[in-house]
Order: sequence, then structure tokens, then C-alpha cells
Amino acid sequence: MDKNLSQRQLDMKRSLLDQGYLDEQFIQLEELQDEDSPNFVEEMVTTFYNNSARLLENIEQALVTGPIDFAKLDNYMHQFKGSSSSIGATRVKNECTRFREHCTAANAEGCIRTFLRVKQEHTILRTKLETYFQLARQAGPSASGGGAKVR
Amino acid sequence: MTVEDQRGSLVDGDAGQDRFPVGMRVLAVDDDPICLKVLNTLLQKCQYHVTTTNQAVLALKMLRENRNKFDLVISDVNMPDMDGFKLLEHVGLEMDLPVIMLSAHSDTKLVMKGVTHGACDYLLKPVRIEELKNIWQHVLRRKKFDCKEQNKSPNEDKGGHGTGDSGQDVTSTGNAEQSKLSRKRKDQNEDEEEEDEENENENEDPSNQKKPRVVWSVELHRKFVAAVNQLGLEKAFPKKILDLMNVEGLTRENVASHLQKYRLYLKRVNVMATQQASMAAVLGVNDSSYLRMASLDGFGDIRTLAGSGRLSSSALSSSYTPGGMLGRLNSTAGLTLRGITSSGLIQPSGQNLSSSVNGLGKLQPTLLPSNQSASLFQGIPTSLELNQLQQSKFITPIGDFNPIRNSTGFTVATSFPDNRVTVASSNSLLSSVSSNPLVLQGNPQHNRGAFGNQSPLGVVSRTPDSFNIRSGGSSDFLDNNRSNESWQGAVQLSRFSSTSLPLSEPFNQDQLLSNNSNISSTSPHIGNSPISFPSTSAVSAPLEDSRGNTQCQEGFIGNVVQNMNYTSKQRWEEQKQNYNQNLNHTVSAVNFMVSANGIVSPFGRSLEQNNATCSKSFDVSLIPQLHGGALSIGQHSEVEKSDLDTKMNDNADYLLEQTKLQDGFMHNSYDSLDDIMNSMAKREHNQMMLSDGEFGFDAYSLGSCL
Repeated sequence: MDKNLSQRQLDMKRSLLDQGYLDEQFIQLEELQDEDSPNFVEEMVTTFYNNSARLLENIEQALVTGPIDFAKLDNYMHQFKGSSSSIGATRVKNECTRFREHCTAANAEGCIRTFLRVKQEHTILRTKLETYFQLARQAGPSASGGGAKVR
Repeated sequence: MTVEDQRGSLVDGDAGQDRFPVGMRVLAVDDDPICLKVLNTLLQKCQYHVTTTNQAVLALKMLRENRNKFDLVISDVNMPDMDGFKLLEHVGLEMDLPVIMLSAHSDTKLVMKGVTHGACDYLLKPVRIEELKNIWQHVLRRKKFDCKEQNKSPNEDKGGHGTGDSGQDVTSTGNAEQSKLSRKRKDQNEDEEEEDEENENENEDPSNQKKPRVVWSVELHRKFVAAVNQLGLEKAFPKKILDLMNVEGLTRENVASHLQKYRLYLKRVNVMATQQASMAAVLGVNDSSYLRMASLDGFGDIRTLAGSGRLSSSALSSSYTPGGMLGRLNSTAGLTLRGITSSGLIQPSGQNLSSSVNGLGKLQPTLLPSNQSASLFQGIPTSLELNQLQQSKFITPIGDFNPIRNSTGFTVATSFPDNRVTVASSNSLLSSVSSNPLVLQGNPQHNRGAFGNQSPLGVVSRTPDSFNIRSGGSSDFLDNNRSNESWQGAVQLSRFSSTSLPLSEPFNQDQLLSNNSNISSTSPHIGNSPISFPSTSAVSAPLEDSRGNTQCQEGFIGNVVQNMNYTSKQRWEEQKQNYNQNLNHTVSAVNFMVSANGIVSPFGRSLEQNNATCSKSFDVSLIPQLHGGALSIGQHSEVEKSDLDTKMNDNADYLLEQTKLQDGFMHNSYDSLDDIMNSMAKREHNQMMLSDGEFGFDAYSLGSCL
């Protein structure tokens, strides 16, 4: 049973990696996880989502209110991109890059469009990661983090 | 891991560094909690000792408390409270610690900026642990460099020192190189002797190996600059400088590295200077003064210039121009700076004030001698301080107008809204000038025409109170009325009765006063004499609350803000603040002047709002104003008023007054002034245009920084 769970966890992770939802950074984070901080990755992801929700809201506000301030938008998104890349959220990060391109070009419509995509990816990833962590928890402490460990 | 392999011998001279790089103390600064946490964990994995903070200001504070507490600083580039580059400069100047920049941006320009500001390395987010494993090399490199003089360096150079571990390979190479370098540097045998000795005792007390880092305080830097000037830049060799400075405990190495930085700084300044020079040429004012400003010997310049160098130059040239124009009036360049210095006194710490005051004294019409520059900076630092205080309390003293005739130099102190304090300081400046607290301000409310003679003057008298505001606490200033008054007073530079400088505390009122006297020839009639001129501009200064700031700042504020922003960005540090402040002030002054017309909205938060309004008015006003030669205080009054809140209105009044003043004054305007104004106007205009954007940006950064 444990084996199954952890295997499922591994598989899921592999699939997330393959599909480009996550990248090496995520792996690195997992490697940082150890006995001292067994839930390091999960904590990071949770913090990320809490933080980013706020940022996304700010961006959204900036997009809908009055004349768009591209510089500010760019700044917000830069921050968001930094966070996303820190946890290895590749797709989200890529969408951020596209958003910023539109910002630079002062293309409001493009910004809005890409922003929606950012949000979408953001949400999708969250769901997937939730599932992933659930598996990890079920698989047991030794199974989470280290990824490669198979009980 | 190499990190782990490093053991012992490489003594960093710090306790617990036996197993360098293990245990290396890193300070990580990043506003993003995710990144910070990841960084923290990664660094801990590398077995470093990590301290984290998400505020640059806090980081700087920690570093200043104890320079020897950290070995390395890693900082994000984009941070709300302070620009990463500015932090970088501060750290480099004050503590001489290696700084690594972090960013999600891989823009070449940014990387370049990092390098020019002295960063050891530039990493991209997300950071990988492999990259972090080698950051200790920067610490080592620097230590070796610094240690050279410490006679211990030989040890390190020797490479043998110590470590002998395999891990040492890298170090030894470095050491070897270093040693060679140090050998070359030190002709003196002392090194060699020491080296020999050291070699054996690598682990000799760290104290030998590494002398505590030298903190280049304002005083020290001043001496340094004086020495350099005495020798002449070409002939300024570290040994000679060291001898001239005659400071105990200072080694040739310290001086050498500082000299290097100074030279870089000057280069930056020169760019600005050229710009300024051209401006000056246009204006027809004394280039020297102008250039002076640019080159600022140093004191403030370096700091500000270096850091804000960009700012200063640009500010001076560009932003300045508008504001500066006013300054130009006198010696133009000198003015602004001068004025700024005096005005620069941003209250916050009062210290600034004193410095500004000093500056003020110096400001007097003559070209800004380096002293002035210094003073300017001093003034500017105050602005910095202001920032620190809070929100950009810019008090940018608007330069003195001495040039024109009586050195009206008014220091328009544009205080930023938040910190009224600054305003106060500015007031003080102004007051000093006019002795009445704000000279020009005149009746903020409306003195349009009156500006010249009437109200502003009247107001001026009030200033004492207004100035007091400063002391009181800035909020006063913010009050519209207050500000007006204070502004008025301040504006009254012409008054220069040098008295009241209520500035309270820090300002050396005496100094200011003295300056004022010079300046003031003033007669309150703003309209007539150029002096009044300043007043107008001064008027704009009072930055009252954010709103107000914008207005007052009008050009100045904008400048101030810019300065502030700039400064804040560059914040060379408190000490440097002076420099910055001066710079800011100068710039602000310049801007102020210019903006006066357009009420350049302060950069700060409020600025943004105001900017829109102000800038508009500003531009318009500026141009005409400029012609007038009078302070560009510009007309914005009309615009300003409506846009701005009451405060604004006050400011507007100012502006109006100023405008009026200008008008009246303008007429009087000297030819040079006209030129200046024109050029300023143009610049201003451009600036204004840009300012919006710039301001926006600055404001943003300012806001963030603040």
C-alpha cells in the first residue's frame, strides 16, 4: 500500500514534470526537504499560494481600474514571476513572461488576455499540487520529499 | 562539497570562521517571502549562517550596527522600500562587504547596473544551490584584498595560509594572485615581513589579519576629498592621500580602494557635469559653478553622484535644469546646489539640517565650491533622511540664488509630504534666507500676483512658526496653511534675514542665517528682485503632505522626489545622505524651480497624483517662467489649484506666487536668467514630460522605498 502510494506520488510528479507544470526547481526544493523540515515543500507551496493570491488581486485591480499603469503592472508581475519560479511553477512563470511582454508593449488587451491565462495556470497547478501532496502525505513521511525513495 | 572541505586555515579573521566557507554569515534581503524562504533554506544547506529580512532598510540598519557581523550580503534588485542597487551602493561604501544581486530579470542593463554599482555577482532567480555553493569566493577575494594592508594579508596571499586543504586550491590560487597583487601594491617591505611571519601563523589572531573595515564616514570622506583635491586628481596617490589625511588606523589599502570608488564616482559625475555644463553654457551662467556642482568634489557628490550619480547628473542636468535654472540664475549650477544644501536640510535627523545649514552658508552665491557641494549634499542627505523618516520628506532646499545678484539662493526646501519635517528643514533654509521662515511662500493661497511683493513676504514673517513646524514635527508643515507659511517663509529666501530659521534643531540656523544674509539682499519683494525669485520657488518647496509636496515641489519637489528617490535608491547611507540630500536638494531645487511652475508633483506617492496635475501645469508654467528667468515657480497655480487639494492649492498659491514672482521677477530677470530659464523651461518641459513617467517611476520607487 505504501509502495503504491508513493509510487503514485512519484508518477504524478513525473507527469507534472513532463507536462511542464513543474521544473527542476521543484525537485531542488524537494531535495531540501529532510527530517528537520519534513513538509518543507508543501509549506512553500502553501505560502506561495497565499502570497500570490494577493498579488494576483492587485494585478487584477490594476487592470480594471482606470488607465492602466503598465509600469506598476510590470512590477507586480515581476514579483509574481519571481515567486513562481522559486517554487518551480514553470507554466505559470511562462505565462508571466508573456504578460510582461505585453506590458512592455503597453498592450492592454494582450495584458488582460495573458493575465487570465496566468490565473488559469495558477489555479490548475494548485489543484494538481494539492493532489500531489495528498498522495505524499498518505504515502508516509519517508515517501514525501525525496521523491526517489520508494518504500 | 567544496564548502565542506574548506577547513580551517583560511582565517577570515572572524570568529567562527575556522571552517570557512562553512559558517559564513550571509544576510539575505528579499521582499518576496517565497524567494526569501527558499534562499534561506538553500543557504543553510550550504552550511552558511543565514540572517534574512524582507526589508532593505532593516538590512542596512543591521549592517550598520555591526559591520563585522556579516560576511556577505545577497539582495534582491526589486524591493519596495529601497532599490536593490541603492542598498548595494550603501553597503559597498559604508561597509565594503561583498554584495550579490538577485533578480528574476536577466536584463543585460540590470546586470550592468549591478556591476557598476559594485556588485560581486548577479544571480538569476530561481537560484540554484550550485550557484550558492560558490559565493564564498567573493568573501574571500575581498578579504584578501582588504587584508593586504593589514599585514595579515600576506598570510592569505601566501595561499599557504593556511588551509592546505584541497578545498584550498581555489583559495590558494586566489591567494597567490592576491599576494602578488598585494606585493606589488605594497612596496613596503612591511608586507613581506609580515607575510613571512604570518605564514607561519596563519591562524594568528584574526585581528592581525584583518583590520576592521573602515567606515568611510562623512568626516573621513571629507578629509579624503580634501586631500585628493589638494593633490590633484591625477597626482592623488593613496600613500600621499593617506599622509595628508593623517588619520589613525587608516591604511593605504583603505585609501586605495576608496580612491578607486571615488574615481568611478567622479566619472559618473562627469557625465552629469558635461550635461550640466552644456546646460550652463546654454544658460550662460557660470559654468564653473555648474560644473562644480557636477563634479562636487566630493563630498556629497561621490555619494550622491555615485549612487545617485545618475540622478544627480540627470537631475542636475535635466531635472535640474528646470529647477536648476533657477539656480543658475546665480551661478546657476551653484545655486541649486547651494540652495539645496541649505534646504537640503531635511529635518529628519536634524543632522541634516546642520549639514544643510552648513551647506547653506556655503551656498552663498559663489560657485559652489566643493564645499558647497558638500554642503549641498548635506542638504540633500537631509532629504534622504526625510525619506527615511517616512515618506519622502523631501525638503529640498532650493538652491540659493545667489548668482543673480544677491545670491538669492533660496533654498527651496521641498519637503515631502510625509515628513513635514523636511519641509521644515527646507523652511529653515528658506528662512535662513529670509530669516523669516519662508520667504516666498507668500500667501500660499493665492498670492499670485502678490507673490512678488506681498504676500510672500508677509508670509515670510510667519515662518518662524512654520519653521517651527519642522521642529514640531513635520505635520505642521503639511498643513496647508502651515506649509504655505513656512513656505512663504522659506521662500522668502530673499528675506534671508537669516534669523528665524526655526528649523530647530539641527539646522545651524546660524549658518543658514548667515547664508541668508548673503542671500537675501532680498527684499521681500519678490517680484522685483531676483531674490524674491527664489522665494517663489521656495514656495513651491514646502511639500506638505503628499499632496502638498507635489505641489510645492513643483519642479522642485519633483526633483526632490527624484532626488529622494534617487537618493533613496542610492542611499548611500545616512552619512552619505548628506551627499544625497545635497544632491537631491540641488536637484530638487532645480526641479523645484522648474516644477514650481508645474508643481511637479512629488514623486512620492502623492506625487503620482499630483504629478499629473502638476506636471501639466508645470510644463506650461515652466516654460513661461523660465523665460522670466525667475524661478520657474510657474504658473501652475491655476492648474494646481484645481487639481490639488487645498493643500495643493496652497502650493498652487505658491506657485502662483511664484509665478507671479517670476513674472515680475522675470522681467527683472537677468539675461542670464532668461537664458537659464529658457533652457530650464525647455528642460523642465521635457522633464516635466518625462517626469511624469519618471516621477511615476520614481514615485513608485520612492513610494516603495519609502
